Amino acid sequence: MNLARFAAHLRENKLAYIYILPSFVVLGFVVIYPFIYNVVISFSDMSLGHFRDWKLIGLEQYLRVFREKVFYILFLKTLGWTFVNVFFHVVIGVSLALLLNRPLPGRAIFRTLLILPWAVPQYITALTWRGIFNYEYGYINLLLKKVFDLPPIQWLSDPLGAFAAATITNIWLGFPFMMVIALGGLQSIPKELYEAAEVDGAQPWRQFWTITAPLLKPVMIPAISLGVIWTFNNFNVIWLVSDGGKPADSTHILVSFVYRQVFNYYSYGYGAALSIVIFVILLLFSINFIRRTRATEGVY
Amino acid sequence: MARLEKTTPLWKYVIIYAILIMVTVITVFPIILVFGVSLRPGNMLWTTDLSPIPANATFDAYRTIFYEKPFFRWLLNSTIVSFMVTVVGVSLASTAGYAFSRYKFAGRDAGMIALIATQMFPVTMLLLPLFLMLIKLKVYDTFLGLVIAYSATALPFCIWQMKGYYDTIPYSLEEAASIDGCSRVKTFYQIVLPLAAPALVITALFSFMSAWSEYLVAAVIIIDKRLYTLPLGLKQFQSNFDTEWGLYAAGAVIVCIPVVALFLFLSRWLISGLTLGSVKG
Repeated sequence: MNLARFAAHLRENKLAYIYILPSFVVLGFVVIYPFIYNVVISFSDMSLGHFRDWKLIGLEQYLRVFREKVFYILFLKTLGWTFVNVFFHVVIGVSLALLLNRPLPGRAIFRTLLILPWAVPQYITALTWRGIFNYEYGYINLLLKKVFDLPPIQWLSDPLGAFAAATITNIWLGFPFMMVIALGGLQSIPKELYEAAEVDGAQPWRQFWTITAPLLKPVMIPAISLGVIWTFNNFNVIWLVSDGGKPADSTHILVSFVYRQVFNYYSYGYGAALSIVIFVILLLFSINFIRRTRATEGVY
Repeated sequence: MARLEKTTPLWKYVIIYAILIMVTVITVFPIILVFGVSLRPGNMLWTTDLSPIPANATFDAYRTIFYEKPFFRWLLNSTIVSFMVTVVGVSLASTAGYAFSRYKFAGRDAGMIALIATQMFPVTMLLLPLFLMLIKLKVYDTFLGLVIAYSATALPFCIWQMKGYYDTIPYSLEEAASIDGCSRVKTFYQIVLPLAAPALVITALFSFMSAWSEYLVAAVIIIDKRLYTLPLGLKQFQSNFDTEWGLYAAGAVIVCIPVVALFLFLSRWLISGLTLGSVKG
């Protein structure tokens, strides 16, 4: 593009640039500058010993990330955590939306109450569930003992238990988002399609797979990709439910591990390198996911 | 009130209601439980009693946080910060979303992708550079620093969301207005913006929540106890978990009331306003 045409383009879209400028200035301060800073730091030896006098040391920190076993273990854990959470968010969310998407007395009440977990601040959800999982006084163990006469479960003091506790907490707080998106999507599906299917004698199960699922897909895809990104990077729940990775730093996903490295062990360079790796993983996932789902879009 | 469809057999409704009621009870129960803890008298915070609401319920914890603790100050601080963030968030997201929806400017696609990309970087790592920069800008330990940080948190999502909604508004309306001699800026304010009200409400809600509910950033930026927001204050109670579990619960209930009320009030708009840019356009 030559300069004159570029100038004409700018003039033509002047308003557009004015409209987005403030947003990108704010994001520049809070996200883009810190991001670039992290890229630089990830090539440095910045740590407690070298906080002000840090120097660039090349790929050392990245090599450390990929050399140590902990990365691979945490990566698999994070994948498991993300998959289980998003799976239940979508299944519970969409099922509830399907149940609620029909004339039903009291529908508004159910819909409203079921959105509640979304409204509660995450740190309150996490701390409250931590109380519920308490070994001696937590409600779940009391229920097991008094009502079902079962032995109590070591929720927070056992690695598997703590992970399960965090997952249950996160499933509780995440399904309403998917439910709301799915409800919005269901409402946009024309009723005539079902009437036509009814006339053709299609069973409800078949109607779901031939009408509902394909038409819900374009609405759910962006929500699922966001859900994956948010869950993959969900620091609050895992950190607060396990009280910083307890027992003995066994309850971590990649982000909480980064936080531990940076804010407790002051390994800035290493933490930054690991963060960039997380970023690249999510970027590759999103590009792939969006491209794949776009490729199938033509079918419908 | 909606009516049952006559064609569907009754047993089906029984099953639907059974599932809905069960899920709803599980959903609401933790919230009732916190409320129950906040009503417990100080000497029986840890109890093995199964009834969520204690027999000798008392509002002592609420009295304590308001009269003996600076809870009212935290409430005021959080309210000020959240309102500022809401105003900033709505004005920035509504304009930027409009530009992304209606203009084909250079860098448009890159900008949209950059917005999602901001969600992929661990927030925890943004804290240190943010902290160093706020000190340089001399807005460290101020509400302004907090408002800047929070405005950016919900912004990418809100811009996407606004763009998606604008995409559903037919462009012919603006064309008609421009034929009538309405300037582009005026068209935006007078014609498009009012039509985008449901999405604006959602943007306002998310901006408000991102400020009202956030702990980590506040913990890094705010040192001065007089500037404490609700999450920082509540965390103080929580660090003395044994003695102040009841105070924490009472505070948590009060923190939840405005957001829960907003959600209940806006739940219908939430479904129509949240399109996530999924509609083709």
